[in-house]
Amino acid sequence: MTAVMQPGTEHVNTNPASADIALRATDVSCWFGKRKVLEGINLAIPRHTVVALIGPSGCGKSTFLRTLNRMHELVPSAALAGSVELDGKDIYGNELRPSEVRKRIGMVFQKPNPFPAMSIRENVLAGLKLTGQKSDDADQLVEWALMRASLWNEVRDRLDTPGGSLSGGQQQRLCIARSLAVKPDVLLMDEPCSALDPTSTRRVEETISEVSAEVTIVIVTHNMQQAQRVSDECAFFLAEENQPGRIVEAGSTEQMFGNPVDPRTNDYVNGRFG
Amino acid sequence: MTVALRPRRPNRIRPSDAIRSFGVIAASIVLTLGLFLVTPLDGPLGFVVLGFAVFVALQYAVVRQIMDRKHAVDHIVTTLVYGCATLTAMPLVLIVGTVVAKGLPGLSLNFFTKTLEGVDPASGPKVGGALHAITGTLTQVGFAVIVTVPFGILTAVYLTEIKGRFTGIVRLLVDAMSGIPSIVAGLFIYAIWVVGPGDGFSGLAAALSLSILMLPTVARTTEEILKLVDPSLREASLALGSPEWRTVWQVVLPTARAGIVTAVILGIARVAGETAPLLLTAFGNDRVVNPGSALSEPQSALPLFIFQQLAQDQRERAWTGALVLIGLVLILFMIARFVSRNAKTTR
Repeated sequence: MTAVMQPGTEHVNTNPASADIALRATDVSCWFGKRKVLEGINLAIPRHTVVALIGPSGCGKSTFLRTLNRMHELVPSAALAGSVELDGKDIYGNELRPSEVRKRIGMVFQKPNPFPAMSIRENVLAGLKLTGQKSDDADQLVEWALMRASLWNEVRDRLDTPGGSLSGGQQQRLCIARSLAVKPDVLLMDEPCSALDPTSTRRVEETISEVSAEVTIVIVTHNMQQAQRVSDECAFFLAEENQPGRIVEAGSTEQMFGNPVDPRTNDYVNGRFG
Repeated sequence: MTVALRPRRPNRIRPSDAIRSFGVIAASIVLTLGLFLVTPLDGPLGFVVLGFAVFVALQYAVVRQIMDRKHAVDHIVTTLVYGCATLTAMPLVLIVGTVVAKGLPGLSLNFFTKTLEGVDPASGPKVGGALHAITGTLTQVGFAVIVTVPFGILTAVYLTEIKGRFTGIVRLLVDAMSGIPSIVAGLFIYAIWVVGPGDGFSGLAAALSLSILMLPTVARTTEEILKLVDPSLREASLALGSPEWRTVWQVVLPTARAGIVTAVILGIARVAGETAPLLLTAFGNDRVVNPGSALSEPQSALPLFIFQQLAQDQRERAWTGALVLIGLVLILFMIARFVSRNAKTTR
C-alpha cells in the first residue's frame, strides 16, 4: 500500500554515477502504537556529506533520525517498516547487532547529557569503556576528540573535574567529543544547538564542518540559517493535518533554498509557515 | 564623603511584626492562665492546647485590625503549619531525650568492652557490659547487608531497567513482603533453618530473618532512586554502542550511587532494632561469639539484650542498651548523609 502511495524515487542523489552512499533508507514508515507518524521515506545519504533534515515540529524528522541507528525501537510501542542500509547492509537484519549499529552510527542529543558520575576525561572515553574496548593511547584519543569538538583549550587543565561542571554549550561539545571518540562512520545530531547560546552554536557548527571530511553527518534542525550554513544537502519533511510525515522535497542545499521545486518548500525555507 | 550603604533585608522579620507576635504570645499566656484560674481546667497538656487555641484566636483578632481578612487567614494557616510541624517532631525529641536521660547514667567504658558472662544480673549497670550484644548486632546486620544488597539492587534493576513481563507481579510481591510481620519472618527461618539444616539457634539464622525484612525496603527504595536517573543518560550510553548490562553497570548505577547507599542505610535502620525475629533465631548468649562460630552458636544482639534485661528487671542496663542502639543507628545515618553529600559534590 505504501509503495503505491509513494513513487520509489531516491530523494538525495547529487551524483548518481559515482554515488557513494553511506546510509540508505528505503520506504521507511514508523508507528507509535497505532498512530503512523512517518510514511514512505526514501533517502540516500552520501558519504562524508552533511545532510540536514528540516521541517515544522511534529513532522517526524527526529523519529526518522532515530530509525537510522535503531534508537526508535527503544520506545516500547514503536514499530517500523522498510529498510535502512549502512554500507549496503541492513541495520535491522541479522548480520548486525543493535549495539554494533549504534557504535558505528553515533548520536548527539538535543539536551546535553554528559554522564554525571564521570569526569570530563572519562566522559570522552565512555564509549570505549561501554563497548568493552581498550585504547592503546587514551590520552591522545582524549586530546584528539576534544580538539575535534573544539573544547580542548577550555578543559585541558581540568580533565578530571566532573563533566556536569561545564556550561551547557561546553557540555554539548563534550557530548560530541564523546561520540567522536568511538570513531563512528555516521553521526546523527538531533537539534544539537537548540539549547545553546550563539557562541556555542557557532563552535558546534565549526566542528560539524571540520569532521564532515571523515564522518557522515545527519542533522535535524529548526534553524533555517543553520541548515543553510552547515549542510550540503537538505530533506524537507512535512506532515499534513492528521497525516503521517513525508518528505516533500530533497536535494542540494543550494537548490532547496535558492530554487525549490515544491511551493511548500519555498514557503517553509522562507519562513512563511512552520 | 561616602555614605555607608545600608542593604535592605526584605526576608528578615520586621521589628514591628516581632513586637506584635511577642505581645500576642504574652497576652495568650496571661489569658490562658486566667482561664485556668476561673475554670476547673488543669494540667500542662491542657495548658499547651488551650494556649495554642487562644493564640490562634488572638492573632487573628489583632492582625484583622491592621490587615484584610485574607492576610489574617494567612497568619492562622502559617501558625497551624508551624504547630503541626512541631507536633510531628515532638515524639522524636521526647524519645531521644528520655533514652539519653535514663541510659546515660549506666554508660561506661565497660559497656563496650565487657560482656555479661558470669555477671550477677542484680549487680548494677556498671558491672559487665554489652560487648556480646554489640558485636552480635554488627555481625547479624552486616551479614544481612551482604545478602540483601545484591538481591535488592538486582530486583530494582529488573523493575526499572529490564521491565520484564513479570514487573507488575514482582513489584506486588515486594510490596506484600514489606508488610510481613517481623515475628513471621523469624518463625519462617525457625521452621526452615533453625529446626532443620541449621541445627539450632545462630547468628546466621538471625541474619537470614533480618534479610527477609530488609530486602523489600532496599529493593523498593533503590527502584525509586533508579527511576530518577535521567533517561537521556541511558539513551546516550546505548547510542555509543553499549550493551544494556554495561549501561546499567557503568552509567545508571554509578549515577544513582548516593541514593543506593541511602536505600541500604534505610534498610539497616529498618532491621537494626528488630527484636521479635531474633527471639526465634539468635536466641541470645552472654558472651561474645567469635565470627567463625557466629553461624552455628546462639548469639546476642542489642534489641535482644534490651528485651532480656527488661525481663530480668534490670531497667538501667536496658535503657543504656537502648541508648547504644539509637547511637548505632544515628552513626549509620550520618555515614549515609556524608557519603551522599560527598557524591554530590564530586558530580
